[in-house]
Amino acid sequence: MSRALLKTNRPLASELSPARPLPGPFSRANLAQTVVAGYLPLTLATLAVVLPLLWMVLSSVKQPGEIVTTNLQLLPQAPSLDNYRTAMTTVPFAQFFANSLIVTIVGSTIKVLLAILTAYALVFVRFPFKKAIFLIILVALMVPAQVSILPNYVLIAGLGGKNTLWGIILPGLGTAFGTFLLRQHFMTLPGSILEAAEIDGAGHWRRLWQIIVPVSVPSIATVGLVTVVGEWNDYIWPLIITDRPETMTLPVGLTLLQNSEGNGAGWGILMAGAVLVIVPILLIFAALQRYIVAGLTQGSVTG
Amino acid sequence: MTTQLTTPTRQHEIEAVEQSRRGIWPGFNGQAGKRWTARSRRDFLVFLALALPNLALIFVFTYWPLINNIYYSTLDWTLGSPSATVVGLDNYVTFFTSDDAGKVLGTTLTFTAVTVGGSMVLGLLLALALNAKVRGTTLARSAVFAPYVLSGVGVGLVWLFIFDPGYGVLSWILRGVGLSSPQWINDPQLALVMVMIVYVWKNLGYCAVVFLAGLQSLPRDVMEAAALDGAGTVRRFLSVSLPLLSPTTFFLLITTMLSSLQAFDLIRIMTPLGNGTSTLIYEAYLQAFGAFNRAGYSASISVVLFALLLIITVFQIRFVEKKVHYS
Repeated sequence: MSRALLKTNRPLASELSPARPLPGPFSRANLAQTVVAGYLPLTLATLAVVLPLLWMVLSSVKQPGEIVTTNLQLLPQAPSLDNYRTAMTTVPFAQFFANSLIVTIVGSTIKVLLAILTAYALVFVRFPFKKAIFLIILVALMVPAQVSILPNYVLIAGLGGKNTLWGIILPGLGTAFGTFLLRQHFMTLPGSILEAAEIDGAGHWRRLWQIIVPVSVPSIATVGLVTVVGEWNDYIWPLIITDRPETMTLPVGLTLLQNSEGNGAGWGILMAGAVLVIVPILLIFAALQRYIVAGLTQGSVTG
Repeated sequence: MTTQLTTPTRQHEIEAVEQSRRGIWPGFNGQAGKRWTARSRRDFLVFLALALPNLALIFVFTYWPLINNIYYSTLDWTLGSPSATVVGLDNYVTFFTSDDAGKVLGTTLTFTAVTVGGSMVLGLLLALALNAKVRGTTLARSAVFAPYVLSGVGVGLVWLFIFDPGYGVLSWILRGVGLSSPQWINDPQLALVMVMIVYVWKNLGYCAVVFLAGLQSLPRDVMEAAALDGAGTVRRFLSVSLPLLSPTTFFLLITTMLSSLQAFDLIRIMTPLGNGTSTLIYEAYLQAFGAFNRAGYSASISVVLFALLLIITVFQIRFVEKKVHYS
């Protein structure tokens, strides 16, 4: 890259001979440079993400004949929702969708509530051994759920939780991530914001809901959204604890669909299923990505 | 400063109020004799009421299973069977002396090394592109991060269709240039390659966004000084940006390593039989919940995996977290 392109304070023009004037912002060389170094990689990266997802949506509205064919058809000739209908009749897709919704909404609500209560207690309520308790939560943050699946399966199955929605929800309810994130946020609040509440003689419950929660909405939204994404996408646990369609969530139901439609003609149906599991999160992400990205990449700035 | 304006007693009271607001237990701060007042007893109970449900859940479903897993790993036990025999370390001996160990550990190592290396190198390049002063970077940033939040099962199916040797887009492209599509699913080595490509596609955006945050927090004056000294773009990147980014790089190395070792969704949906793609986590799943129901054996593999994750985490705490303050 030529030095003239760099934004420096040095009077570069004086070093150059008059025969080679400084390239202006819209000169051909500068434009080419911008396109090659700036736009090309960004366009390629964006396309690499968008095209497979677009292909999924297009294929989900194609006829089987347009997928199993000797001539590649990019666009569906007569877009129809037949694949979605077939998916619904092959497996109880509406039921999967409802189960996923219930698990996500109930699970996330309880998790966020528990995170708020625990974080408030850790920051604003007097108690000995708070450092030790926080350490227990920090360590739990690093224990992967995957290594606990067998003991949890034995426990939940023993309690009669196999093929039940509560059996899917319960083991994931304890929240180290949400507690950690909210506790870090509550620590940054000045103690003086509780002053008015003390004069009123408000107890902890009112302090929490009338003062702390209203000023912490962005952090709580971050925890909530990250939790919703995690619950909706969760796979290994629901896969193990359910083997009957009535209580399966969408990702597990898709596995069932894959087993029955695992041939060429089934791709359109499988893509319809993939749309149903991917698009809701994609829409939430598009609308509220600022919070989700902040929550998922937390720790990177301090670390 | 308030110290000069208030008497020592007043100062003491202010501290006590501040401690109370901040939830600091008075007994630990030199107010002996007043430790167990009615108020502190009430606070004690309030704390338990607020925090105990969550702590109990974490204990029962996160900590207890770790201990249980170690116990299960000493059993010869078929999942669902009411009886089990204690066999000591036999499961570990079986695992490490069979062909399984070499294959599973090799697959885990390949998968982790390639996916961590791939998503970090590509993520860094992407972060440099996103850091350019051109329009549209915000949109591109969102786009590349999106796959990271999507269902692994959904993403796995979309890519399985793309890789399909008969009707997948990739096979059309290959045929277009006169090649025939390889058997991505049936060939164990190609199956692993396929899963690794998709895994990098899904996780690349995370690395890019974290690297981008690192790049944008680099001190401006240092970068300008390097430019004034006549260092070219590549030189500035290698000698200035990269060394300054090392905390970010190390953070990403650890986090991506931990998540690669736990990768399950994509592997399960793309290769249901684990043909060539049996990493530690997938092997543990297949042994207990696949055809064999070998619960004790599966638990021993989980313990091996956990030991590996623990070593990495301890390594991270020793070398990185020293600088981080959580208080």
